[in-house]
Amino acid sequence: MKWIFIFVLLISGCSQQSAPSLYQQLGAEAGIEAIVDGLLYEIEHDKRIVHHFADTDIARFRRLLAEQLCQLSGGPCVYTGGTMQESHTGFNISLADYDALVEGLISVMQRQNISIAAQNQLLALLAPMYKDVSYR
Amino acid sequence: MRVTLLSTLVALLFSAASSAGSKIIATGGATSIEGSAGGGIVPWAVVNGYASSGEWATNVFASQVGVDDFTLNAYGASLSYDNNWEWSVARQTFKLDTLGGELRQDIFGVKYHIAGELLYTALPQISIGAQYKIHRDFALPHAVGARSDSGLDLYLAASKVFFDQIAGRNLLLNATLRATKANQTGLLGFGSADNNNYQLMFEGSAAVLLNYNVALGAEFKQKPNKLGFAAEQHWRDIFIAWFINKQLSLTAGYVDLGKVAGFNSQQGYYMSLEGTW
Repeated sequence: MKWIFIFVLLISGCSQQSAPSLYQQLGAEAGIEAIVDGLLYEIEHDKRIVHHFADTDIARFRRLLAEQLCQLSGGPCVYTGGTMQESHTGFNISLADYDALVEGLISVMQRQNISIAAQNQLLALLAPMYKDVSYR
Repeated sequence: MRVTLLSTLVALLFSAASSAGSKIIATGGATSIEGSAGGGIVPWAVVNGYASSGEWATNVFASQVGVDDFTLNAYGASLSYDNNWEWSVARQTFKLDTLGGELRQDIFGVKYHIAGELLYTALPQISIGAQYKIHRDFALPHAVGARSDSGLDLYLAASKVFFDQIAGRNLLLNATLRATKANQTGLLGFGSADNNNYQLMFEGSAAVLLNYNVALGAEFKQKPNKLGFAAEQHWRDIFIAWFINKQLSLTAGYVDLGKVAGFNSQQGYYMSLEGTW
């Protein structure tokens, strides 16, 4: 237990700078657009899930996802799309599909050198959407 | 056997063609010395390997615990399906380095994930499990007062990853309740002449995920103490686990097993190598 405590102190000590907003940490408008484009690339090359996007209007999806990530991360945007439940009904998104998408998102964030802390903040905002997205 | 296992693992490390399951790296946990997915000494609610919904995974592991007067070798394999089912077998060989001789135990495990999703739901992932343990060298445990050469442990485990908890890192917490009659987890048999009751034990783990591939944690395992002749104490450890990729992981730790078979203060190392595909 003592070791954990010391360890926590150590890593806390290394990250005491005043924290910019998650939106800023993701690279603001340009960073979020790069995440969305990166994720589209991941989806396109992921045989596990690409079929779910066969009838998707990609331009619209791209715009709405950027709006959503911008708003979620505290940026100056308003998400104008439907609820997560509405937009995923009929797709029967499985746990494996959701895992695949999260894995794609993680690859993109790693490639863009987004800090682990910012990645985890974004995952914390997206993970709970599972219940609205899956098996509908 | 061991050489085969090692070369299999090495082959896996370099095989690009292996089709891993869809679960996020590290979310299958490590494999405990009893063969169930978890930490080193505590079974967690996670299911071994990377099989997400509708997928299968297999898993092999080899572990060694070396303390002052004993060495425990464990190896085994598991099969999992749908991120819901896990079936495991493990063989433990407990070498009595100071006393001489060895004790072997086999463990057949099953785990079923009943609710929650480790990463995605407010409810922790909850699983129930059973471990049927059968001793293969019962003469010595019998001589020190153990009643039976086999026993069935039942457990209920809850595990959850909390995002962005400690310096931005994710934190995994696990709590396990186990009903058991085992002496030293079965290595010294089950029950005693005057006590053959199940006892409810608490086991807990906490781990910080430094990044997607490395976890640093600690565990505690409460244990019964039925053998007057060979009093036992709770176990604890600290560990670092490195999930090199979805095929291979390595865990190293420091363990404190307390009093074991008359020897006080048994402390030492824990090492585990695991392959999954």
